[in-house]
Amino acid sequence: MASAALPTDEPPAASRFAAGKSMGETIFHAACLASATLLLATLSGVVISLAIGGWPAFQQFGFGFLTSSEWNPVTEVYGAAGPIVGTLVTAFMSLVIALPLALGVAVFLVEFCPRSISRPIAIAVELLAGIPSIVYGMWGLFVLAPWFAEHVQLPLIMEAEPGSWQDKLFAGVPNGANIFTASLILAVMILPYMAAVFRELFLTIPPQLREAAYGLGCTPFEVIRSVVIPYVKRGIVGVVMLGLGRALGETMAVTFIIGNAHTFPDSLFASGSTIASTIANEFAEATSDMHSAALVALGLVLFLITFGVLAIARALLGGQKY
Amino acid sequence: MDRTLYRRISNIVFVVLTAAATLVALTALVLILWSLVSKGIGGIDSKIFTMTQPAPGSEGGLSNAIMGSLIMCGLGMAMALVVGILAGTWLSEYGGNTPYGHVVRFLNDVLLSAPSILIGLFVYELLVRPFHGFSAWAGGVALAIIATPIVTRTTEDILNLQPSALREAGMALGAARSFVIRKIIWKAARAGLVTGGLLGFARISGETAPLLFTALGNQFFSTSLTQPMASLPTTIFQFALSAYEDWQRLAWVGALLIAIAVLSINIIGRIIAREARRS
Repeated sequence: MASAALPTDEPPAASRFAAGKSMGETIFHAACLASATLLLATLSGVVISLAIGGWPAFQQFGFGFLTSSEWNPVTEVYGAAGPIVGTLVTAFMSLVIALPLALGVAVFLVEFCPRSISRPIAIAVELLAGIPSIVYGMWGLFVLAPWFAEHVQLPLIMEAEPGSWQDKLFAGVPNGANIFTASLILAVMILPYMAAVFRELFLTIPPQLREAAYGLGCTPFEVIRSVVIPYVKRGIVGVVMLGLGRALGETMAVTFIIGNAHTFPDSLFASGSTIASTIANEFAEATSDMHSAALVALGLVLFLITFGVLAIARALLGGQKY
Repeated sequence: MDRTLYRRISNIVFVVLTAAATLVALTALVLILWSLVSKGIGGIDSKIFTMTQPAPGSEGGLSNAIMGSLIMCGLGMAMALVVGILAGTWLSEYGGNTPYGHVVRFLNDVLLSAPSILIGLFVYELLVRPFHGFSAWAGGVALAIIATPIVTRTTEDILNLQPSALREAGMALGAARSFVIRKIIWKAARAGLVTGGLLGFARISGETAPLLFTALGNQFFSTSLTQPMASLPTTIFQFALSAYEDWQRLAWVGALLIAIAVLSINIIGRIIAREARRS
């Protein structure tokens, strides 16, 4: 009894933080691993549930689901070419608008702007990147669309001679809700995001590179064109892909303003639809099982497109954290 | 001489173009904020917070939507924080460099930028269709799926920033790995973890698309997690697309409230992150 203080051969009882494979240690490790696996399971779950839910539509319409543009819940015929083309067209147009602007903003903030103004602007741009897309959508619906219809669309339609190429290009209901204004809203939405990431990208360039180029007598323009841009080329393409991914999958900003027609967009100011806007508009009120299956199948198409784009972006950006 | 002139002019043109791009971008963003404030500020009064959403033409507020947003964002964040912090910890401290770790990190990045409406569809197939009904639970889960990758990402980044000397010091004292992580690394990274949580919270508080087919919306005040629940974004969506002017006015008020909430959460997150870096 009294020999408790004597050394024994038994190992000391584990104190509450002792090393070794204690029970708590195993549980904690398992919980972390399980959480990581849950992420994997979630993404797999998304793919599998979309594939299962959309299967009846693929079975019924086969490849024609992707190529036909007839979308008619009354006759139960669903072809997704309209929304698919609408998605791709609006995303690319928004990118064409936003990319030069975002690059310009980033270059200006990093290279030319006085430091005292550049930081507040950079912070403002980053904060604006976080504004929810429904706010952009509302602005598009209530402010941009009426203004655009009155001051841009109507004059263009009035001036175009009937039958000329302008007439074809600008044809459409002059209400401001069309694929062009939708692209504009998307561009305004991805602009702060892309500008913020471009700026971070430019800040990663070692100052020696710039200084060396300036030392050779380059003008700022030449430094940017020949040193800065080539140095972060891969990163730029990666950011463009991320922006594209956002534009492809954006729902609310587009749903408000694209006009929601399932036809093939045949002019710049035609009403159209995107995959996301079609799902948002119709899924809750889907009239039949085949209708919801077709919408879920659309979702799968959107997932595959964005997955491809994001995979390219990640491969190009490597381990960078955007 | 000619060449110098050409170079000088092209440079000036370039500088002017980038400044113009900045001006255009800022103008667009200022215009949006201005419409938001000018159309929304007039409608903010106590009724917004005390009365539920009205029928067209009658008086009302957004209290049910605000409450619903708070409940579902809270639910979503609770789930996202647990899973995200543990998963981020696993990536940083345990298996980040294994092949499986690379796969998880990549998939997390995909999930981070996956279209949020697809998350809504997924949760619909997972929780709404099998249980025959829209519910606040489903909305919370959908929001959690959107916030988790953000929390995971920031957790991993923050933990990777902690000096390995901290870990070694703990280990050298004989502490178990999980103890070192929980009591030393998490503690040192506390501010960063909070910031990550706030970023996730800011993101989901404005999400509309994933709630459309999960929580659906509810015109009455409801705190039941098994019933459809209103939320600010879905109510804004419904009201903005309606033909009634008073509903549209409420939609602007809601949009302004969301924008203010998101901006202030983001700003608080930044301040916390900066204070942590300073100390």
